[in-house]
Order: sequence, then C-alpha cells, then structure tokens
Amino acid sequence: MNTIISGVPLTYYLTLAVIMFATGVLGVLLRRNAVVIFMSVELMLNSVNLVFISFSKAMGNIGGEVIVFFVMAIAAAEAAVGLAIVIAIHRHKKTVFVDEINLLKW
Amino acid sequence: MLDLFFLVILLPLLGFLVNGFLYRKMNHTLAAIIGISAVAIPFFITVAALFQYDPMHATKPYNFILLEWIHAGSFKVNFAYQVDQLSLYMTLIITGIGSLIHVYSMGYMHGDAGFNRFFVYLNLFIFSMLNLVLGDNLVLMFLGWEGVGVCSYLLIGFDYHKSSAANAGMKAFITNRIGDVGFAVGIFLTYWYTGSVVYTDVISALPNAIPFKEIINWVAFAFFIGAIGKSAQIPLYVWLPDAMAGPTPVSALIHAATMVTAGVFMIARLNPIFMAAEIASDYIAITGAVTALFAATIGLYQTDIKKVLAYSTVSQLGYMFLAMGVGAYTAGMFHLMTHAFFKALMFLGSGSVIHAMHHEQDMRNMGNLKNYMKITWITFMIGTLAIAGIPPFSGFFSKDLILEKAFGHHGIGPLLWGLGFLGALTTAFYMFRLVFLTFYGKERIDHHVKHHLHESPLSITFPLMVLAIGAAFAGLLQVPHVLFGGVHILDDFFKPIFSQGEVVVQAWGITKEPHHISESTEILLMVLSVGIALTGIILARTFFIGKGLVPPADEGFKGLPKVIYNKYFIDEIYQAYILTPLIEISDALADWDKKFIDGAVVGVGKLFLTLSDSFRRLQTGVVGDYALYIVMGAFFVLYYVFFKGA
Repeated sequence: MNTIISGVPLTYYLTLAVIMFATGVLGVLLRRNAVVIFMSVELMLNSVNLVFISFSKAMGNIGGEVIVFFVMAIAAAEAAVGLAIVIAIHRHKKTVFVDEINLLKW
Repeated sequence: MLDLFFLVILLPLLGFLVNGFLYRKMNHTLAAIIGISAVAIPFFITVAALFQYDPMHATKPYNFILLEWIHAGSFKVNFAYQVDQLSLYMTLIITGIGSLIHVYSMGYMHGDAGFNRFFVYLNLFIFSMLNLVLGDNLVLMFLGWEGVGVCSYLLIGFDYHKSSAANAGMKAFITNRIGDVGFAVGIFLTYWYTGSVVYTDVISALPNAIPFKEIINWVAFAFFIGAIGKSAQIPLYVWLPDAMAGPTPVSALIHAATMVTAGVFMIARLNPIFMAAEIASDYIAITGAVTALFAATIGLYQTDIKKVLAYSTVSQLGYMFLAMGVGAYTAGMFHLMTHAFFKALMFLGSGSVIHAMHHEQDMRNMGNLKNYMKITWITFMIGTLAIAGIPPFSGFFSKDLILEKAFGHHGIGPLLWGLGFLGALTTAFYMFRLVFLTFYGKERIDHHVKHHLHESPLSITFPLMVLAIGAAFAGLLQVPHVLFGGVHILDDFFKPIFSQGEVVVQAWGITKEPHHISESTEILLMVLSVGIALTGIILARTFFIGKGLVPPADEGFKGLPKVIYNKYFIDEIYQAYILTPLIEISDALADWDKKFIDGAVVGVGKLFLTLSDSFRRLQTGVVGDYALYIVMGAFFVLYYVFFKGA
C-alpha cells in the first residue's frame, strides 16, 4: 500500500476527513437552522468521499472512486428533496428552526 | 298428506314471522286470522296424516329432514322430524286444543293493546312445542324445550308493566333453568354411551350398550330433573301457580294443556331408558304421588279462581308422573290427553268468568253466576265432573287406570295408591268448592260489575263447547275390561312405542314381574274411587251450599288453614334458606371478584401505563434530539466493534 499520495501522507487526508466529519456532526446537533443543518450533512458526506478517494488512490483500486460518484448523485438528490421540504415548512410555519418544528411527539 | 307434514311445523313459524314483523301495522282482525290459521291448518293436516299413517298398524315412523343443523365430525344433528304414534298424538293435542284457544283468545284479548303481540307469542309457542314433540333427536327436543320456556316467560310477563307479572315470568324462567341442567346432563350421558342423539339410533344401540346399563338410573334421574322443572313437580313446582299472572288463554294452553306435559312426553319418548331404570322410576312414582296430594291440599284454601286451577294442574301432573313411574305409560299419556281437555276447558271457563267480571279473580266476590252465564256454567260443570272422576266423564277412566296400575305396582304400590286416593278426595272437594263458590250460593258481586254481567261472546263459548265434548267423551278411548268388555284403543295405538322399552329390558335381562290384579279387586278400586269422589262432592256441598260458608278475608285464616292458604310458606322457606344465602354468597364472590380479579387485571394495565408514560417522553418531536440519538447509537456500535468485538 502506498502511504504517500502526491507527497502528502495518507494520515493527513484521514485526519482532515475526521475533522470535517466531526464538524458536520456538531453542526447537525447544535445548529437550529434547517439550511445550515443541510450544509453540515453535505460536509459529512464529503468527508466520507475524501476517505474513499484517499484509500482508492493509496490501494490503487478504482472501486472507491466509483462509490464517490454514487454518493455525490445521492447527495444532490437528497439536497433537492430536503430543500423542497424546508421551503414547504417555511411556507407553512414561517420558520426554518428545527426546534420549533415539533408537532410529531408524545 | 304425510308429504305435506312439513307444513305443520312451518306454518306456525310463518305466522310468527308475518305477525312478528308487521304487528305494529297489522289490524287486529287480520292478525287474528293469520294467527288462528297458522295453527288450525296444521291441525287438519295432522288429522289427514293420521289416517294416511294408519297408526293402528304402522310400525315404522315416517321421517323427514327440513334442514341440516350441526355437523361436527361424527356428531350430526338435523332439523329432522319423526312422525309416529306418540308424536302424532301430541301434535293433535297441541294443534287441536291450540287452535281452539287461538279462537278463544280473539274474543278474550279483544281491545287489548297487545292483541297482535299476543298472537305472535302464541304462534312461536306452537312452533317450539311442535319441534319438541316432532323432532327425531334429543337436541331438537331440547331446542323446543327451551323455546317453549322462552314463550312461557314472554306470555307470563305479557303485562310487563305490572311488576308482579314480570317477576312471575322471571321466576318461571329461572326455576326451569335448574331443571334444564339435568336434561342437558341426560343428553350428554346418552350421547357419550350410545354415540347418538337420534331416538331410533339410541334405541337400537341400547341393547348392546352394557356400560350404559350400569348408570341407567342416573341418566333417567337426570332426565327426570328436567321433567320436574318443566312439569312443575316437587320441589320445582313453585313457578306454576305464579305463572297465572299471564292472560288466561296462556294459562290454559301453556300452563295446563301442553307445555307442562312436556316432561311426561319426554318420559314416554325415552321409555326404553326409563323402563330399565327401576330405581329412578320408583322415585318418579313417589314424587308424582306426593305432588298429587300435596298440591291438591294447597288448592283447598285458595281464593283466587286461577290459583285453584293452577294447583290442580300441579296435582294432575303428579298423577301423570305416578303413572309414568309405575311403568303405566299408556295410562300416563291417556291422562295427559283427558287432562288437556278438561283443564283447558276449566281455565277457559274461568277466563270467561273473569272476562265477564271485569278482571275479578277472587271467588269471594263471585257467587250465583249460573243465572248469568249458562254456557260457561254447564261446560265448567262438565270439566269439574271430569276432573273429580265421576263416570262416564273422561277423568274417571284415566285417573282410575292410573290408580289401578299404581295399586298393582310391586312393593310400594298400595302406598302410591293411597296417596293418589286421598288426592282424588281432595280434588273432588276443592273443585266443587270452586264451582259452588263461583256459580252457586249468594251473590257477592260488586253492583258496578253486576250491571255489565253477561255471557261471553261466541268466540269464547264455542271453544268451551267443543272442549266440553272432549272432556265428556275422550275417556271412552280406553275403558277397563270389567266394564262392558272394555275398549283398548290407546293400548293398541301406543303398542309400537312402548314395546321399544320392552325389547331393551329383555336384552339387558331385567325381569319385570307382571302385576295382575284380579277383576274383583279392580271393581273394588273403581267403586272406592267413585265413592271417594262423591264423598268429596257431598262434603263440599254441605260446607258451601248447606252452610253457605265463604272464605274469610286474607287475615281471617287461622291455624292450619292459614298455613295452607299461604301455600305451606314454601315460597318463604325457599326465599330464606335458598335464595337469600345464594344472593349473599354471590354478593361476597362479586366483592372478591371486584377486589382481587379485577384488581389484578387493572393493576397490570396500570403498571404498563406508568412505564410507558416515562418512556414516551423520549419522543420530543425535535429533530435535533433524534439526531443525537442516532449519533449516540453510532458511538455505541463503534465502541462495541472496536473494544468488545471479537
């Protein structure tokens, strides 16, 4: 396995991916604005993409890059549906703060 | 006409359905016509079928199936019917006397708000009763048995706004349930040991069913408990006198002529079982004889005209059971028929009196009615002579036959005869007391009532006249050998039915010693029973015409008469020693049930309610919280994979 990719060690890529993923998780958990939560979710998806690409390169296996395309396609679709829902909720409740959208509870 | 016989069963049902669905809209005349023809047409069909069936020579029953009912594995019960001598005999009584009483009801119930409803119930009753007697299996008999019980309940409580009538209905229904348990047990045992509930199969299985022989007395006893309830014998007779709260035609049809004889019919139908059950039969004979005398003594002091007749019915049913118990099945069925005539006649006669007296039933307020109601008086007199056992009226022949057979019974025979003999004296006395107080003597009638006093309309007097003919001459079907060589039509008629029992008895090796009593004894017994009846009549005449005695007001009874007037306080004794403890135990159990059983059930529910109340707070509805749970779950999985995993 080639642990140096384009002169940068594999560990660095992975560390960056972990930081991005953690940022995304914290963003989803802590932010109230639904649009920001979406951005955080994209961040998490891209951190995963980064891991796929890194290992693909390091191991010389094209499979990881193929998966990345799938993830990007899914992310685009998910963003389209998700943003449509956000707009619909905004029209209905005049807010995009998720802690105010809590009708479905005990 | 036998192939039209299914109409006998279906027409009363049809009448019930038509009147039942339309009784609110139907006008009274039309409802009465439908109700009467639903019983009268079956009567004529039955008469025609009787000739075609040729009961004097036929040995095989005519069977037909209307509908399949229960098919469960090898257990099969159908709405299947069996026409033979016994069921034809009962069908003739039910539809014949039934249609007369339907005609009578048209006059008696005239102007009653429940006129149409009355005919609905009557037709349902006839339908149930026909199922009872015509069904070819025990389950169908049980269905009819319960059906007539329901109709009895509905008709006793016909004036449901009167609480006394409603209570009397419930009393009848609940008392009958006690007996029905016995009947049901009898059916279960019979099915268990013979593998069938169809009479013909049961009877043909009996000779080889040796294990059944061991418990035959218990089986017979179980069936007899059913008969005790329905036919009002000691100790379950208490419902019948109260049942007089129903309209008088009901008392005549259901509580005198037909339904209450169902127990006697059942014993006749199951004669192979009862003939082999000698201990149970002796018990039946004793119960019958004691009831015959006991109920008759209560009749001595009653002042309500219908109550006297009610106790008289209990007493006469006792005679029938006495006959069944000593194995004189023909005699029992004979008395059933003559009793149906003269008791229906007297109930209808009393109804005619009550109708004319504007619903006055107390004999203390009657007297000298013979001047106002000639037809009622003469027909009633015929009925009274018949029940008292004066030749040549019908009751003489049937009662005499029973007493003679009872005397000839081995062992306890003379004792049974003695009880029946005293009963005959009492019967003659209380019946003539009733006649003298009602139709003779001083007038004690309220002058308002007297103003309207008149003979009843033809719809009421016509049935009286027909029944009077029956009450007078029906006895000639079976005349003892010592009188002019005798007539034994009924003996021959019932031979195919009651020989079934003899086959079983022979197969099981039970020896029945013949009890032949000499002709001179027979004549002596006959003279004695006529003599005792005449004594009763003369005594009654001395008291109630000679001395002009009238029963005192209710509180005027002292000593023994007071005890008898209050029916030996049997109702009070049942209330104090059976009902009250039963209710107390039930209350205690209900209390326990509420506290412990319900407490446990409700407690489990409450436990889960409390638990789920705390768990459901997890569902906050906030998206962020759910995201947190997902992350926590992810961390847990990671932790498990890396640190606990293999």
